[in-house]
Amino acid sequence: MSESNGTSKVTETRVLLRHAEDPKMATLAGYESYGGYQVLKKALKEIDPEWIVNELEESGLRGRGGAGFSMGKKVSFLPRTEEAKYLCCNADESEPGAFKDRELMQRNPHQLIEGIIISSFAAGIEHAFIFIRGEYDDQADILDRAVEEAYGAGYLGKNILGSGFDLELVVHRGAGAYICGEETALLDALEGKRGNPRLKPPFPAVQGLYGGPTLINNVETLSNVSHIVANGADWFKSFGTEQSPGTKVVSVSGCVKRPGNYEVELGVSLRDLIYGLAGGPLDGREITAFYPGGSSSPVLTPAEMDLPYSFEAMAEAGSMLGSGSIIVADDSVSIPHMALRTAKFYRHESCGKCTPCREGTNWTEKMLQRVVRGEATPMDLDIISSVQDNIMGHCLCVLGDAMAMPVSSMVTKFRDEFEEVIASEAAKAWNTALDGPDSPGRDENANGDEPGPGGTSPEEIRRERLAGRAIPSGGAS
Amino acid sequence: MSPVMPSDFDPRNAEPEDFVSPGLPVDEANTTGRFPDADPEQIPDPAVVEVPADLREQIQAIVDKYPDRDHKGSPKSAAIPVLWIIQRRYGWCTPEGIVQAACVMQVTPAYLESVASFYDLLRTSPQGEHQVLVCTNIACWMRGGDELLDSFCEKTGADREAAGHGGALSEDGNILVSGFECLGACDLAPMASVDERYFGPLENADAGTIVDQLEAGEEVLPGKALEKRGLAGGVAESTDPRVTEGQGPNQ
Ligand SMILES: Cc1cc2nc3c(=O)[nH]c(=O)nc-3n(C[C@H](O)[C@H](O)[C@H](O)COP(=O)(O)O)c2cc1C
Ligand code: SF4
Ligand code: FES
Repeated sequence: MSESNGTSKVTETRVLLRHAEDPKMATLAGYESYGGYQVLKKALKEIDPEWIVNELEESGLRGRGGAGFSMGKKVSFLPRTEEAKYLCCNADESEPGAFKDRELMQRNPHQLIEGIIISSFAAGIEHAFIFIRGEYDDQADILDRAVEEAYGAGYLGKNILGSGFDLELVVHRGAGAYICGEETALLDALEGKRGNPRLKPPFPAVQGLYGGPTLINNVETLSNVSHIVANGADWFKSFGTEQSPGTKVVSVSGCVKRPGNYEVELGVSLRDLIYGLAGGPLDGREITAFYPGGSSSPVLTPAEMDLPYSFEAMAEAGSMLGSGSIIVADDSVSIPHMALRTAKFYRHESCGKCTPCREGTNWTEKMLQRVVRGEATPMDLDIISSVQDNIMGHCLCVLGDAMAMPVSSMVTKFRDEFEEVIASEAAKAWNTALDGPDSPGRDENANGDEPGPGGTSPEEIRRERLAGRAIPSGGAS
Repeated sequence: MSPVMPSDFDPRNAEPEDFVSPGLPVDEANTTGRFPDADPEQIPDPAVVEVPADLREQIQAIVDKYPDRDHKGSPKSAAIPVLWIIQRRYGWCTPEGIVQAACVMQVTPAYLESVASFYDLLRTSPQGEHQVLVCTNIACWMRGGDELLDSFCEKTGADREAAGHGGALSEDGNILVSGFECLGACDLAPMASVDERYFGPLENADAGTIVDQLEAGEEVLPGKALEKRGLAGGVAESTDPRVTEGQGPNQ
């Protein structure tokens, strides 16, 4: 495949996704034929759980679910007591733009299960759960089958491989609520309640599921565990950057030629990811903005394309790596409409427990609707920004911030475009009022009409492009 | 009944009607005059409620998977998976199904209803034989998710406005069409989940094909199913010695 924009050929560094194209990998026999469950056997026989905890901490593995907290530290926070402790694998993956856990579970479920068993062994946990979003029915079936296979092989259940270590693992399907990805809401959902976040502290490591100490980690985080235990912390640190060691499965989507999951060393450039691996923008298009870490990350612009993709570089640029999901927008995408989509999502998913989030997401959506209808004034943009400031840091969980951060970044970085949309939509509304409802400017779907008096808005360009795309090949008139 | 609670009011001796304030609108989904969930009298009596034997077994098997009260757990943990069983069996979370589940789990039906009403995928009203969820979130929207939802509505006669706000049934009541938030498959954008399986990237014309195939009982667009897709980066042989000479899984 040749790259038209002069980027050199970029290759993935597949550790977690290695051999993942082989359908056998999803079965126990296949996974074992590639060396699966060897480390578990070794760990149960001859490795001290304390050594595992240390090695995980030493490796610098950071949580892949959003916050990027050290996985080893989290394990070390669990009390070393005999009381009932729990592990919850967060497979809720509901943040717009994220789809890496889906691929990991679908193609290599046993890698996750082995990671869960070793982590539980290290922390003295006897009950583990995989909380998977209800929409991932196919993947939940795959996990169910894999868990059954692991029980059958004696890797789960009582007295695993004769070591005296017991572990029960349950695949728990959610039922459609983004907020259940927040770790304390996930605990409520697992306890069979409506998923509402809890006040922290106490943190789950102290008081989590059923009030017991609980380790909560993302699918990708746990999938890394057996690799680290097998190869050691130094091996892991040889990938990535000092503060972001390891590889990362990055979900790239939106306006690129080859959307998908790509596993790379942390610290590769965004350009290599977006242009090299994902193929760059569609022909004739230009990238205008992108979310570097899922829909809750502040957007970056092409000026930041040469930054390394790492936790620290994204934070320095005023954004975040989050779950590692890049959504790319090109010049056919209207940024104000994108802000509206973003706000709408968080308004829909707010659990309503705290006022700044419940009211703030609602107001922001309504105000952005006024923007795209041309009913707002430029001063309203300042009000939108100040509403975002008032949400940030004032909520129980970070869902409120997750809307406030990207929306406020869009209003700040693309203010001109917001003002243009207000002006052009307002002009259209005026024309409609003057010429009557049949004015060509009014009908968004009108084909072949002169562009509205306000000029062609980016939203119209997008629709035109789509209209072109939707015509089956050869059928274009 | 007086609108003011008498000072000797004891909820345990009260009648369900006592909880309904006269003249005030009542949210049927949450307060059908039942008691709060801890009240033992309201848990359906196994001697009265008939539960099909296989359903009872299925529910009990799920409850048994979770830590019990002696291990600080609770049968309530099984709430969502059990409601899934009810929905799969009866097509939606029917009041009868909820009472049967509550009876086996020994919780109140109101408790299960409140859980069901919280989650988007659990339905407390009839939902048709087939479900089509069309993603209209950011990445799908950029690539035509709204227009795809339009096409599904045009083909089935489902109300577009309602489809964008929680779902609408096709004219014949067989297919539920619903706009949805990100389904975790933005690489397939624009995409849809058809009877819980993912398909994409879809053309607007695919909406018609999918609906025809559902109605004819045929397999839906086999060429566009997620499970048939390879990795985006294709087959890639690793040459990095750190990878090829490593230990553990995937070697
Ligand atoms: C609103 C919200 C949604 C979240 N959704 C997810 C999710 O879908 N998957 C996930 O792994 N973490 C999610 N998180 C982060 C979790 O709260 C938690 O930090 C994470 O599961 C910890 O695992 P890690 O340390 O391995 O990343 C979410 C957080 C918030 C506030
Ligand atoms: S910030 Fe929003 S989602 Fe989080 S607890 Fe508060 S209301 Fe609920
Ligand atoms: S935006 Fe449609 S699946 Fe993610």
